[in-house]
Amino acid sequence: MRIVIIDDSGTRAAVMEEGLRDAGYIDIHVIPPRGPFVAQLERMAPDVVLMDLGNPSRDTLEEMLSVSRALAKPIAMFVDQSDDSMIAAAIDAGVSAYVVDGLRKERVKPIIELAIHRFNAFARMQAERDEALMQLAERKVIDRAKSILMNQRGLSEQDAYALMRSSAMNQGKKIVEIAQALITASDLLGGGS
Amino acid sequence: MTVRLRIAFLQLTDAAVLVAARERGFAEAEGIALDLVRAPSWATLRDQLVFGQVEAAHMLAPLAVAVALGLSQQPCSLAAPYKLSVNGNMLVMARGFADAMDPDVARRLADPLGAAHDFAAAIGLWKRKPVIGIVHRYSSHAIMLRYWLASAGVNPDRDVDLRVLPPPLTVEQLRAGEVDGFIAGEPWGSAAVDAGLAEAVAIGERIWQRGVEKILAFREDWMESHPGLVDALLRALARAAYWCDDPANREELADLLADPRYVGQPAGLIQRALSGLMVARAGLGPIANPDFMLFAREATMFPWRSQALWIYSQLVRWRMVDHTPNNMARAGAVFRPDVFRRALHDSDVPLPGASMKVEGALRSPLAVGSRQGGLMLGPDRFFDERIFDPEQIEDYLASFPPLR
Repeated sequence: MRIVIIDDSGTRAAVMEEGLRDAGYIDIHVIPPRGPFVAQLERMAPDVVLMDLGNPSRDTLEEMLSVSRALAKPIAMFVDQSDDSMIAAAIDAGVSAYVVDGLRKERVKPIIELAIHRFNAFARMQAERDEALMQLAERKVIDRAKSILMNQRGLSEQDAYALMRSSAMNQGKKIVEIAQALITASDLLGGGS
Repeated sequence: MTVRLRIAFLQLTDAAVLVAARERGFAEAEGIALDLVRAPSWATLRDQLVFGQVEAAHMLAPLAVAVALGLSQQPCSLAAPYKLSVNGNMLVMARGFADAMDPDVARRLADPLGAAHDFAAAIGLWKRKPVIGIVHRYSSHAIMLRYWLASAGVNPDRDVDLRVLPPPLTVEQLRAGEVDGFIAGEPWGSAAVDAGLAEAVAIGERIWQRGVEKILAFREDWMESHPGLVDALLRALARAAYWCDDPANREELADLLADPRYVGQPAGLIQRALSGLMVARAGLGPIANPDFMLFAREATMFPWRSQALWIYSQLVRWRMVDHTPNNMARAGAVFRPDVFRRALHDSDVPLPGASMKVEGALRSPLAVGSRQGGLMLGPDRFFDERIFDPEQIEDYLASFPPLR
């Protein structure tokens, strides 16, 4: 069974591919949805095509699937409406799958389930990374505000932080908001840092 | 009590009525919390609607007909009780290609018949079979482009290469030379013009003066089981549509749409389609097309069944579907003037008495019978003077000369 993953996130494609290989599928190809990807896909004659539901090139892919003479006509996975919960899970996870007509449902289902699982795992990973990046950005802001207070008010690092924290608590705001306001005010007043 | 309603849309200027309904409080006044979900492609918007991730969608009218006919993946009975816009498309071509056409852009746009013949001649002069981006096989743009090209004897399935690409990718694909031009909803044509990559070659409104564009699509079963909510939404959208049509609100509307959550393009660019002041070539002054994009006036919002049937006639013409009584009935049934009338019967929105009309017969504005309010229909000619009588589809189809 030949599976083609169309994806421009190298990481997600790798996560998907690894999962499929672990499950015993070996004929797996990854194509980024750029340039002549449609012609490439046509030559590969896949049995299953997996694509991110959020990828804007889905319309291009579907057009190819509907007019290609080179392919045995693939149809959308979602054609089998008998399994509503799987369809909903696939859409929630952001998976779209196109499957060659005639491929038995039992052979396809595990692939879709795996794709859903891996897409979700990837989304979680990404959320965690975004969170970490945000924390890093916030810490930089707080550090800069701290140094302004230390320079201009002659406070120790600890006291500068304590001052921001108590202001934040009094005003019902986050420390990073107080820090940002302090930096803005300092910039406006030409204080520098 | 407020009810949450999810509506999927694409980042296009003609999503204006939905955005205004949410941002200007029209939906809220009807007790609806609108959740606008931006879709990256028509395929995903369609799947979100068909599989119930959203309750309604800002959809290409031909796509709704195609889904109902089972031509676009999962077949599903869709219902369109409301039209979100009329007109709004522009065909732009790479400057080198457009050089072979009338250099006076105002004259070129004013004469779509001449421009179609110039286009036909330019095909032979171009370095390859021209690749023209369309946003979807079942889009008003693609149908309009086919209609226009065929009038000059160009076979759109043979003489040009129609390539599907979503609106937000049009400009970069033109820049990369993947396509030689494209037809898309605004602001994407204007964005390509401003980037100096392309020139306007045809404007939808000059091909068909009142071309059906986006509709509000529901799953039919959902719509039938939520009549109160559907009616409230339609009332909110009608008010939002009048607000969008009012020239006094254009600047504010353009600013709302420019938000990265919606269209995410500069407000100045978006305002062109709203005001109809189109720039055809970078550096030139605007050309006035006052009917470039309509939201409310005349009977823009009313889903004329004859317009669903015109779409169907074009799908038959291009052999995308077989002409059978059953297919015709299914296509026509997508547009639901009955629901529109039910929702707006107590408002000041004019309600046409008829559900079908002959399309393309009006040369000048005409007052027509309506159940409430005064209704004035605008001119709706096709540029080739053909008239579509929904009762005579076979004769209409036979009137097109076969293409070589």
